[in-house]
Amino acid sequence: MKILVCISKTPDTTAKIAFTDNNTKFAETGVQFILNPYDEWYALVRAIELKEADPATVLHLINVGGAENDPIIRKALAIGGDEAIRVNSNSHDDFYIASQIAEVARQKNYDLIFTGKETIDYNGSSIGGMVAELLNLPFISLATKFSLEGNTATVEREIEGGEEVDVVNLPAVVSCQKGMAEQRIPNMRGIMSARTKPLKVVEPVQADTFTEIASFELPPAKAGVKLIPADQPEELVRLLHEEAKVI
Amino acid sequence: MSVLIFLDQADGHIKKNSFEAASYGAKLAENLNTSAEGIVLGNVNDDLASLGKYGLKKIHTVKNDALNNFDDEVFTHVIAEAAKNTDAKVIVFSNNFNGKSIAPRLSVRLKAGLVTGAVNLPETANGFIVKKSVFSGKAFANVSIKTEIKIISLNANAYKISEGEGVAEVAELNVEIPQSRVKIKEVNKVTGEIPLAEAELVVSGGRGLKGPENWGIVTDLAKALGAATSCSRPVSDSDWRPHHEHVGQTGLTIAPNLYFAIGISGAIQHLAGVNRSKTIVVINKDSEAPFFKAADYGIVGDAFEVVPKITEAVKKLKGIS
Repeated sequence: MKILVCISKTPDTTAKIAFTDNNTKFAETGVQFILNPYDEWYALVRAIELKEADPATVLHLINVGGAENDPIIRKALAIGGDEAIRVNSNSHDDFYIASQIAEVARQKNYDLIFTGKETIDYNGSSIGGMVAELLNLPFISLATKFSLEGNTATVEREIEGGEEVDVVNLPAVVSCQKGMAEQRIPNMRGIMSARTKPLKVVEPVQADTFTEIASFELPPAKAGVKLIPADQPEELVRLLHEEAKVI
Repeated sequence: MSVLIFLDQADGHIKKNSFEAASYGAKLAENLNTSAEGIVLGNVNDDLASLGKYGLKKIHTVKNDALNNFDDEVFTHVIAEAAKNTDAKVIVFSNNFNGKSIAPRLSVRLKAGLVTGAVNLPETANGFIVKKSVFSGKAFANVSIKTEIKIISLNANAYKISEGEGVAEVAELNVEIPQSRVKIKEVNKVTGEIPLAEAELVVSGGRGLKGPENWGIVTDLAKALGAATSCSRPVSDSDWRPHHEHVGQTGLTIAPNLYFAIGISGAIQHLAGVNRSKTIVVINKDSEAPFFKAADYGIVGDAFEVVPKITEAVKKLKGIS
């Protein structure tokens, strides 16, 4: 079994969001970066569990980004995985990124590709579906549970208005969310061994970009909370009805 | 040439998100001087011609039992055929579970740039720029799509449904249905509840409610308002409420017109799931709770005393005794 987990670097969930260069770039100064939580807690940890259940499993991680991503990739390797591949590009275009991942996957013939359900910065939730289409593989999105028997996966997923249990023969692409696994803190042995695990850097292949970020903007600031005395709940209801006009 | 809108159905009925997508697509078609057309897959009981009131000129249906269950590959194939058939220049999805599954695949198949999580109509005067939600609701990005065909998936509650006069022409489209590679073993639909992702009013409870036995004050208020219910992460992690009610960074992201937070302190991870709500009301006994900074209205007080009184006031307003 060969598994590939796609990982991204994102600002910490508590990071202050601001922009520079005439609102065309995210202001990275002073921002702490983390492994995208969906990639880490759900995709990576579930893949590690599969490897623990079958030690013959080969587990690779892939990231598309610049050298500044290496500490985050090492952190992922400290949690688990045999080696990492970084495609050396800073593109933000989903199709371009998916094309790079698909190219590596094509060469290595993975049985299973995991992604997080989305990144917490660009919230695209597109990479999994795009990689599946590029590789002509089945795609199961928003998985909450995953089990494997031989070459057949049983996956629970969210669909509109409910849940569904799917059965699919590998190879396949799966996007992972809450329920797949529980967060793991890397231990000292993991951190030490991550230093010597291979982190291969490959140059991107030629691919189109479909989109481009023209600018960013922040939402208008809230006017501030209007506090209503606890003994006047009717006043709250009146304001919601007459002022906010939401009920 | 057309703007093609994918109209989601559940159990034979077109979903509310799709009325938003239809209204959005119709306005976009008007701006681009073209016609808005819808596509419906599977067997639907609704009167499809009446969807003309959202501005759709034509509805393409593909009736086949194989399309009653969702499959992203099969759906992508059929929508791609419909897009070719109608010479679609823009394809609009709802940014829901199904849209997230199909749109990326279709993007690759049609070589069409995709923007997910759109919150506004595209600027088309100079290029094609779509405003989308990024950083989990904390900012917006204006994204330029450079390809000839464009795909947009629209966030729930981001675009107001607009109804007018009009009857759509309904036509059946003949498309060969490919074999699915994913076998559906079991489907569990949540019925009888207002779906959280598309609810306009949401009442949410947190750890401050102390235990599942106290949820009555939340559900009573929700019932009086006609709202859906949700909860914070500690609540679903403790199994006080089902996990599909969890809103926040790792749960569902929602943007209702009214979000009522009861006994939720407002950690940044929770706010990431709800900060696009139009009006936020916070009830918390701790005046220092960070949620008050993100709120429009607040009451500092004991939820067990305050919330039942709010419920009574809502009933009075609505004339429910």
